[in-house]
Amino acid sequence: MGPLTPLRGDTGGQVMLAVVLLVAIAVPVLNLAVPDGNPWHVSTYTVTLLGKYLSYALLAVTVDLVWGYLGILSLGHGAFFALGGYAMGMYLMRQIGDRGVYGDPVLPDFMVFLNWKELPWFWHGFDMFWLAALMVVLLPGLLAFVFGWLAFRSRVTGVYLSIITQALTYALMLAFFRNEMGFGGNNGLTDFKDILGFNLQADSTRVALFLASALALAVGYIACRWIVTSRLGRVAVAIRDAEARTRFIGYRVDRVKLAIWTFSAMLAGVAGALYVPQVGIINPGEFAPLNSIELVVWVAVGGRATLYGAVVGAVLVNYGKTYFTGAFPEAWLFALGGLFVLVTLLLPRGIAGLFRLRLRRRTEAPAVREARA
Amino acid sequence: MSPASQSARDLMRRDRAFDFSSQQRAWLQFKESMRRDRQFDFMVNVKDLELDISHGPILYIEDLNVSFDGFKAIDHLNFYVDAGELRCVIGPNGAGKTTMMDIITGKTRPDSGSVYFGQKIDLLRLSEPEIAEIGIGRKFQKPTVFEHHTVFENLELAMAGDKRVFPTLFARLSGEQRERIDEVLGIIGLGEQAQREAGALSHGQKQWLEIGMLLMQNPLLLLVDEPVAGMTHQEMDRTAELLLSLQGKHSVVVVEHDMDFVRSIARRVTVLHQGTVLAEGSMEQVQNDPRVVEVYLGE
Repeated sequence: MGPLTPLRGDTGGQVMLAVVLLVAIAVPVLNLAVPDGNPWHVSTYTVTLLGKYLSYALLAVTVDLVWGYLGILSLGHGAFFALGGYAMGMYLMRQIGDRGVYGDPVLPDFMVFLNWKELPWFWHGFDMFWLAALMVVLLPGLLAFVFGWLAFRSRVTGVYLSIITQALTYALMLAFFRNEMGFGGNNGLTDFKDILGFNLQADSTRVALFLASALALAVGYIACRWIVTSRLGRVAVAIRDAEARTRFIGYRVDRVKLAIWTFSAMLAGVAGALYVPQVGIINPGEFAPLNSIELVVWVAVGGRATLYGAVVGAVLVNYGKTYFTGAFPEAWLFALGGLFVLVTLLLPRGIAGLFRLRLRRRTEAPAVREARA
Repeated sequence: MSPASQSARDLMRRDRAFDFSSQQRAWLQFKESMRRDRQFDFMVNVKDLELDISHGPILYIEDLNVSFDGFKAIDHLNFYVDAGELRCVIGPNGAGKTTMMDIITGKTRPDSGSVYFGQKIDLLRLSEPEIAEIGIGRKFQKPTVFEHHTVFENLELAMAGDKRVFPTLFARLSGEQRERIDEVLGIIGLGEQAQREAGALSHGQKQWLEIGMLLMQNPLLLLVDEPVAGMTHQEMDRTAELLLSLQGKHSVVVVEHDMDFVRSIARRVTVLHQGTVLAEGSMEQVQNDPRVVEVYLGE
């Protein structure tokens, strides 16, 4: 069983990853090797934009894992994304050192501004990349574990669960807005200078971050695919379709949910950590309930329970958003809203539903499932 | 004399299909050791104990009473099922058939009386999942299969084995397990449909799949609630064959309303009425019993 085994029979995923691979090879070459005036040159702005889309795509995959395969409609996944982002932001803040406006060697600018004399305890150690990287997965994981343990054990499901995930991210947003929390209040964390000693403004660093996002998406996708194609994945779908029945045949439904939910949150944290150095800021707005709802819409547009559909949806919707904001600054919200309405009406299974229909027509004979042997 | 005794150790002894994890074992041991009436039982050699069906019956229900808000659903019920037997239970609505099933599977607790699995395992002391694990399976009236899984996958999910999270994540089908699934597919007659989505099956096929899912759990005793409700005549015949093929290997209790169906499978029939046994015997004996005719058949 090789690392690509989970992709067997997943035509959509194979095509999606092939495109990601192609873009990951072509874009750096066109950015770094082709000179500025050449029509083939890809601007650094575009590289960063693509990198941002890829981190969104990874986030969408984590939502599809719990929504499409486990039946948990999370309206709070933005919280895990933002927590991972904050962990990365704290590292980047510490990297500024004495180059901040106030020139304090240890304290980030906002703490000097607030007249704080020393670093709060939870900021210690974030000058070390390895610890920050660990926190990127541990903090969202821990939050998801505690939240999930309480919610799943009490058998909170359906719309009630969705509402409390929404409340979770809203509460975090309010908390992070407070200056006393020690995360920069409503300004958040920004003015980053470098990462691992490399200048964040340099083209090569931008390209490296873009490549890291592509790699994270590919690895994250394959990991989710691996879970989905395992027996645990089939149990997850069984829970989605008939939870009581699954419990009755002997599976600990709460634990299955908890495991997949926590994994999904950790991966969402990774997406957030890749997002922050590319956009250059993290603030409490990332916890906004609207963000979490929007990312559910990406998954719905792409096609639920396909994983690759989430990637397609995230990239397309965000591209649309970028395009519409530029083309019709006044009307872009209407254009976006119209897109959602159209997709829901005409493509209930999302964009992936279109592909699937075509695939089924081509391979009329029932596909033999030897993949599992 | 206390047949209630070492139910926990009984479970451990019967290592056949049910591998208890060490935590479960410790928990059951702990639960047993906390019983006031048998403080010193953990001294007993576990090897001496097992599911004891040496006297014939696999299920003993004695002097059982249950009432809901003053209504006596079960009234001094005595009921025995022999190992390997196929038994039909009939009776008018409200006779206590489903309540009896609920008590056996641990869903409902009786007011008094005793329920033993074999001579030594006291079912009243076990929880619902524990009862399922020691080998009592139940099919509900309304079939619930996993609609988006194939027939094969439905059976795979129901298979007895380690169902904790990580073992499930890394689980691979062994050749032996595959053979077992194929065998059950043969028994329920869905070999051709193995790769179809269960949601696409007919009502009758779903019922058989559900029986197949029960069989995957290697139950010793199967409780089947109204298996032919809503079936066509061909499907009923097929179901009768299926249930008949199980006797000997499994003990089966069938609750059913359809008289033709009961006639076609029953060796022994128990008639319940107002929570107690009205008559028991072959179909002819029961049918000719004037009391039975009065309450049920003569309608």
